[in-house]
Amino acid sequence: MGEVLFFVAGIGAVAGAIGVIAVRNPFYSVLALVSHLLCLAALFLLLRAEFVAAAQVVVYAGAVMVLYVFVVAYVGGRDDPLGPRAGSGLRAISAIFGAMLFLELCVATLGSGLQMIDSGGTPVAASFGSPEQIGTLLLTKFLLPFEIASFLLLIAAVGAVVLARRRGGLSASEEQARYSAMDLLRPAYTGTMAEGVGGRHTLPQAAGANQPEDGA
Amino acid sequence: MDIGWFLAVSALIFTIGAVGVLTRRSPLVILLCLELMLNAANLALIAFSRMHGNHDGQIFAVIVMVVAACEVTVGLGVIVAMHRRRLPIDVDELQELQG
Repeated sequence: MGEVLFFVAGIGAVAGAIGVIAVRNPFYSVLALVSHLLCLAALFLLLRAEFVAAAQVVVYAGAVMVLYVFVVAYVGGRDDPLGPRAGSGLRAISAIFGAMLFLELCVATLGSGLQMIDSGGTPVAASFGSPEQIGTLLLTKFLLPFEIASFLLLIAAVGAVVLARRRGGLSASEEQARYSAMDLLRPAYTGTMAEGVGGRHTLPQAAGANQPEDGA
Repeated sequence: MDIGWFLAVSALIFTIGAVGVLTRRSPLVILLCLELMLNAANLALIAFSRMHGNHDGQIFAVIVMVVAACEVTVGLGVIVAMHRRRLPIDVDELQELQG
């Protein structure tokens, strides 16, 4: 049973990885990565890492990939050229580099002479990898890395907002698009959040016409 | 299932990610390939954690996932800023860092 599940999930993970680099449209690359992550979560479960598998599905396949999908849809999912520029020779070099890297990694891990590498691993208790165990470790032995990781997330969130913010205000056409017919009907200062922060914005030619009409 | 099989799958996924970083030209796909490499490293960490029978490798994998999320956030922010400034979304044509 374990062997069958390993080969199904392993082939799925490798196929998803190949799909990421072999598909022209970035949108399909993102979808291939989602399937790759789900197969990888199955492999994590086979290795008795229940909490990491759940976090993989929820955080990666759920949240991070949604961010990717939004950005691909925003930037525009036009088809990309698959390979490097023609005539640069980078394709052949990268194939050679990939083969050598794979051989080197296999030698480094499988040829390491570790005795338990050909076994299923140390026998462990049934609660191995449960959220209870991971949580206890995160709040005792690994408290400092845990706190540093939370600060890193905060810094990254602020940095992303600063990087992607709009510089120099709205352009004239975008400013025009923010007006709507409702601006003429509703009372002053009952509109949007932007109005509450930046003051009443009115149509330039209708500045006098937006007094509240329901005086009664 | 032997631990060695998991390590072989991890090495294969890492190689595919590295080749993707070298050959693709869209920064979006390069970020996806970086994710592939980080996930291959995660698989190796968890395999070794299982081999030794303690949890340290799993904690390491969780922290790697946090760092990957940060990297994605900032990288996608840079790509959105590039798109806003009408710069080409192509790493071959983006050769200077000057804003």
